[in-house]
Amino acid sequence: MEEVDVEPTVTNIPAARDGMHLGFAWGPGDILVFDTVYKAAGATGSGSSLIHVVRKDEDIYSPILRKLFNESHHIFVGLQTIREDLPSKNKKPQFVSISKSYRSVIRACMEELQQVAVSTQDAELATQYGNQVSILLAIELIWNLCEVLFIDAVPAGSLLLHLLDWVRLHKADVDEKAREVLQSESPVEHHGYWDVVVSYVLQGRLEEARQMLAKQAAQQYADKNMYKLMDNLLSKMPVYNPGSIHTLTEFDVKWRHWHEEVDRCLQDKSFASNVHLELICKILVGDEDTLLEHKELLSTWYHFLVTRLLFAHPTIKPTELHYYAQSCMAMFLDSRSAPETLDSILLAAFDFDIHQVIKDCSIALNNWWFVAHLTDLLDHCKLLQSHNLHFGSNLREFLLLEYASGLFNHHSLWQLAVDYFDHCPEFGRVYLELHIERVPLDTERKALKVLRICEQRQMPEQVRSICKIMAKRALRNNRLGSALSWSIRAKDAAFATLISERFLQDYCTRGTFSDLDLIDNLGPAMLLSDRLTFLVKYHEFHKLYGEKCFTEAAKLLLSLITAKIAPRSFWMTLLTDALPLLEQKEVIFSAGQSYELMFFLEELTSSFKPATLNSDKSMQEEDIELTKVELLRLALARNLAKAIVKEGTVDA
Amino acid sequence: MFVARSIAADHKDLIHDVSYDFHGRRMATCSSDQSVKVWDKSENGEWHCTASWKTHSGSVWRVTWAHPEFGQVLASCSFDRTAAVWEEIVGESNDKQRGQSHWIKRTTLVDSRTSVTDVKFAPKHMGLMLTTCSADGVVRIYEAPDVMNLSQWSLQHEISCKLSCSCISWNPSSSRAHPPMIAVGSDDSNVTYGGKVQIYEYNENTRKYAKAETLMTVTDAVHDIAFAPNLGRSFHVLAIATKDVRIFKLVPMRKESTSTGPTKFEVQIVAQFDNHNSQVWRVSWNITSTLLASSGDDGCVRLWKANYMDNWKCTGILKGDGSPLTGSSGQPTAMSTVVGSSVQTSQSVLNGTSAGRAWLLVSSTQACVA
Repeated sequence: MEEVDVEPTVTNIPAARDGMHLGFAWGPGDILVFDTVYKAAGATGSGSSLIHVVRKDEDIYSPILRKLFNESHHIFVGLQTIREDLPSKNKKPQFVSISKSYRSVIRACMEELQQVAVSTQDAELATQYGNQVSILLAIELIWNLCEVLFIDAVPAGSLLLHLLDWVRLHKADVDEKAREVLQSESPVEHHGYWDVVVSYVLQGRLEEARQMLAKQAAQQYADKNMYKLMDNLLSKMPVYNPGSIHTLTEFDVKWRHWHEEVDRCLQDKSFASNVHLELICKILVGDEDTLLEHKELLSTWYHFLVTRLLFAHPTIKPTELHYYAQSCMAMFLDSRSAPETLDSILLAAFDFDIHQVIKDCSIALNNWWFVAHLTDLLDHCKLLQSHNLHFGSNLREFLLLEYASGLFNHHSLWQLAVDYFDHCPEFGRVYLELHIERVPLDTERKALKVLRICEQRQMPEQVRSICKIMAKRALRNNRLGSALSWSIRAKDAAFATLISERFLQDYCTRGTFSDLDLIDNLGPAMLLSDRLTFLVKYHEFHKLYGEKCFTEAAKLLLSLITAKIAPRSFWMTLLTDALPLLEQKEVIFSAGQSYELMFFLEELTSSFKPATLNSDKSMQEEDIELTKVELLRLALARNLAKAIVKEGTVDA
Repeated sequence: MFVARSIAADHKDLIHDVSYDFHGRRMATCSSDQSVKVWDKSENGEWHCTASWKTHSGSVWRVTWAHPEFGQVLASCSFDRTAAVWEEIVGESNDKQRGQSHWIKRTTLVDSRTSVTDVKFAPKHMGLMLTTCSADGVVRIYEAPDVMNLSQWSLQHEISCKLSCSCISWNPSSSRAHPPMIAVGSDDSNVTYGGKVQIYEYNENTRKYAKAETLMTVTDAVHDIAFAPNLGRSFHVLAIATKDVRIFKLVPMRKESTSTGPTKFEVQIVAQFDNHNSQVWRVSWNITSTLLASSGDDGCVRLWKANYMDNWKCTGILKGDGSPLTGSSGQPTAMSTVVGSSVQTSQSVLNGTSAGRAWLLVSSTQACVA
């Protein structure tokens, strides 16, 4: 495929020029641009010190188009799940129906935009909406044609009928005019009357033309016979019926008969005295010059094309279309004006050059929505030849990746993009990984949403990273509970240890725990880190103590001490916690347990540095330490004595 | 494209670097006025300056953010021969109300004997590692072993490049198949050493960085260098800003089992553009490596894109039009401007009544109120 060299778009930045450079920085969905001077040795000098935020014109920020994106996403996902193994003849009606769904979504959006455009006070906004409406109109026009030619791929005979529908759908003003005429006092005298009749004929709506003419006929006694003749001709025009038992050839024969009859009327000058009926007769015979005289009624070259085919070659085959399309466009358009983009796209469609259609649309539009969805549908219909590509495994994937990447910049539409990436087999996953880790985690809720998406797709690294970021943020803001739960989710043992230590430090300074609910309900997650396990168990100890379950509390405390998972700084605190249990009237610690505690105390005190080296501690602190140790020794000894007695006593 | 808004940065001298944070909600600017400013983006899209402080005793060339996994951390490098690491401290509540935050210096790296020209954090899977390069030709890699204590950094590697260094870029790939790799560009005018781009690779066995490749075809001064995001490919893509824009593909060649040296690469040039007419000063990739931006002596920023046949073309130009908006100094916050212009013309609306069969190119005169 030849690459047409399209000039890059130039965007002007209000910045100084001569001798200055433009610095830049990529952002999510925009580029920051600023005045600077790059020099090997660096430079100083005053710039305007302005930073410009440059963005692509993007429709994703339009609230009405958002509906388009949302609903088409729904259709897209449905399309992907159509089973591959069905034979294609069963799938075609499904594809056509999906194509129609897309089109109805476009139409709905267009109508809404139109309403807003009409009702808004802001002139600039009205223009903007108006522009968007016209783009959607064009998109729908192209899509409809693609549906007829590529997806439905109807054969000769039906082809013209579908093309007629296509033209009629996009020329709604005839009905408006007709309404105006019919609602007037005297329709036949309305200045638009004949325009309406001719327009009906041009669109092949002969029944309605006949009805209009009947009104005229009722008042024209002089030309009664002429009107009857015309009515006759109009009623007899053969219309291909795809369901009938007659073949295309048989239809062709019938049509030629009719065509000859109309021609005879023309030659006989049957309508010579009535300029309007004569005109209609010429149209019916397919006279090109007559058709071209009515350019305003036709308004587009493709209307001209379809009308010409209707009255000259109704059995046109798809492969013959492009020849007629070319010549019709040439005839219709002024030799001075070059074809517009839309015209080339339609021409490429009539040419059955799908790739050209897609390429031209990609260039003309600023949003990948249209080409991405259309190409995806055409790919499902197996209409695209596969090129092996660098970016994306093929054209379909390339376009979907572009479209979805654009969506990711939007604060809520990014979630739609995830599904699109899911259905890009080659690069979808890595694109998703790159994009999703940049979604700003403004709130916990959003972070959880992002996490769920990552977890569903087995992206452990992204999960870990997001949890770590949230944990770190919580820690910075001193929300220890939140930090802990995030680091558990991140399975980050080191961080969990750190936070547990902070909890314990907090306890030491304040005497109470914070975030008790969290600590109580950790379950097996507490095993993530030794420190964390200790924290949970230690809190459990306090709970037991508070509930006066002294024996359990004692057992737990002892196990905490002997398991040695406590930080060394905490050992004294643990022993001090044992004191009240030792001082109880009844014996709680057994003899054996008392020995263990004593052993532990000795181990702790043996590690005390001599007073001279420990310059940090004040004399007072030292005193307190020593007193505590003494108290403990005393309490332990007394407890041991009581325990020995108790255990030695035979119950009477 | 259009200018959605313009922010009065209020630096008292030239801005040298602007850097978005990882999530695109904060940005940092640095300037010849020796200060760094941090900006936060509010929900309605406006930028507010939340911190501004003097960072160095010379022009600050670059500023960069660490990955948010390490907290809110910035690094800056300067003409004053130092690089510095800054961390944001959660402020007092009245500060928060005023929308201000505090950044404190965690460390100053003073090993360089000359101006420090670039500072970059290594990819996060390598831990918290900071890299600097200087005009003295040395690339220094520092590590903070305890990420909770950012005042402790140790110099892990010193790579002597023999040429004055202007820029560095880490290969972002975290794949196990790719050992850590860093590209260094030089703007040295020395012609004896031909290749101005060197690629160093970390060797697990020697625990050192060894030179894997010198791009001998790049003989002119290199001002910027950027590895593209990897996308799971087996090869690497590197963009270079020199007297033109160049994109290279580095294909690792299969290692023999006995080979213990650095990976050998097959170097292919993918694209070369001289549209900037003279020197190209900056190159940078977007996050999916589908777009490359470059800034050059012609005062323009150009955007390069590969189509689906992998042909690279310029798809957009941002051009200074010589009419700078004068930022009024009394405005600390963002200014909305409506400036939109694009060269391609638009046609009128498509509707049934007009004889026009026209098509509207939206990328043109739609001015959007920011």
